[in-house]
Amino acid sequence: MSKVIIEFKNVYKSFNGLLVHNGINLSIIGGEIISLLGGSGSGKSVLLKELIGLMKPDKGDITVLNQNVTQMNEEALIALREHIGMLFQGAALFDSLTVFENIAYPLREHLKLTEREIQERVAEKLHVVGLSGIEEKMPAELSGGMKKRVGLARAIATEPKIILYDEPTTGLDPMTAQRINELIIELQKKLGITTIVVTHDLHCVKTVSDRIAMLHEGKIVAVGTWEELVSSNIQVVKGFISGNICV
Amino acid sequence: MNILLSIDIIAKKFILSMGQVTLLTVKGLGGIFVPPFNLKLVLREVDNFGAGSLLLVDIIALFTGMVMALQTIYGLSIYGAEMYVGSVVSLSLVRELGPVLTSIMVGARVGSGIAAEIGSMQVTEQIDAMRALGASPIKKLVTPKMLAAMIALPLLTVTADIVGIFGGMVIALSELDIDRTFYINSVLTAVKISDLLSGIGKTVFFGLLIAVIGCHFGLKTTGGTTGVGRSTTITVVTISISILISDFFLTKLFLIVF
Repeated sequence: MSKVIIEFKNVYKSFNGLLVHNGINLSIIGGEIISLLGGSGSGKSVLLKELIGLMKPDKGDITVLNQNVTQMNEEALIALREHIGMLFQGAALFDSLTVFENIAYPLREHLKLTEREIQERVAEKLHVVGLSGIEEKMPAELSGGMKKRVGLARAIATEPKIILYDEPTTGLDPMTAQRINELIIELQKKLGITTIVVTHDLHCVKTVSDRIAMLHEGKIVAVGTWEELVSSNIQVVKGFISGNICV
Repeated sequence: MNILLSIDIIAKKFILSMGQVTLLTVKGLGGIFVPPFNLKLVLREVDNFGAGSLLLVDIIALFTGMVMALQTIYGLSIYGAEMYVGSVVSLSLVRELGPVLTSIMVGARVGSGIAAEIGSMQVTEQIDAMRALGASPIKKLVTPKMLAAMIALPLLTVTADIVGIFGGMVIALSELDIDRTFYINSVLTAVKISDLLSGIGKTVFFGLLIAVIGCHFGLKTTGGTTGVGRSTTITVVTISISILISDFFLTKLFLIVF
């Protein structure tokens, strides 16, 4: 019944001789929320960028919706990206565009919608993230939490099959972080979106994840539910969850 | 041994950069012919590069024309030929000073702006976001800037030439016993259409150079706000040097062509 829609097979990546991915193997099932856990600099965000084709791994294959992204050219990747939404760490809203234009951006690139349909879609997505009526604001006028939510509205604008969250709650106050967590779960339940969350926020991981994958020294060292990870005998997993990574 | 190693590293970096700039130029120019065409974006950049630089360029041209006239009158008066100030000033401006000074000034203003804008977008992941949202940064950012610079710079140079010649006239009329008609006639007699084309022709290439170098260093930016500052500085230096070096070769080429 459950079908693998994303698969990393022996993925290797290094930067200036520093090995970041040392043979990553991971399968992600359609409709699940999986969190990638790991320390800073462990290559979690790089994994997301490889998945969406923004970076190419040195070696290995990444299959997304039955397509090997490591062998696709930019045009094919652009077509695939219609089905993938991504929330960047700092939201990455376009400074020179209004909130409306930011959310309308992927709609104009991917879909042939009329201006009225775009307006309706933007209003609907802003309503989903609880920010109705801020269409004409510029990103500089928004708080960090609002930027993240606008980034989320932009990521879900095309109603993608897969959504990638890069540190969705980092730098946010507990209330806003909780709101983001609720939104992640809500979107997955309503739209059945396959969700990958990259974070080191344990509360976020515990709240939203169906499964968790732990990345350490370039490899996936553990995959399982929160409960399975909590009761894991692997030292680095125990250390990370108890807040004592230096094991 | 260390010196040789350093030269080797610098040479490799230089060749790599040249390759990247060439590739960016080809991709950027290729974008002009691939739909969708975004004329609005190009016009906005032309307005930014052209209208935004107009005052700066013309003030510099005015004073350059005036200084040129003063120096020419001084130099030619030794031979009693100061009446020909209009011919010397106009030829110097149209063939050389107008295009080069305008390009260096616009290069500093616009090139640094491009590098800072794209560099900031790079370090805040906006370039990645653009790609993730299904757009090509080359098509959206590089191509419109290239096209705009290639349109705006020749237009700015024409205004600089006119204002510079006018500056020369102001000095000639106040320093010499000649009238306005004589000055204008000496300008029209001296400046041929080939002089104008050679001067303006260069600026199309300089415009391309400014946009490509700005975009290249912008896209290569790493290291946060410090990186943006570094990219901006290196862009201005590279543009200025590139304009002066390529000016020599373009002058030689245009002397053969015209």
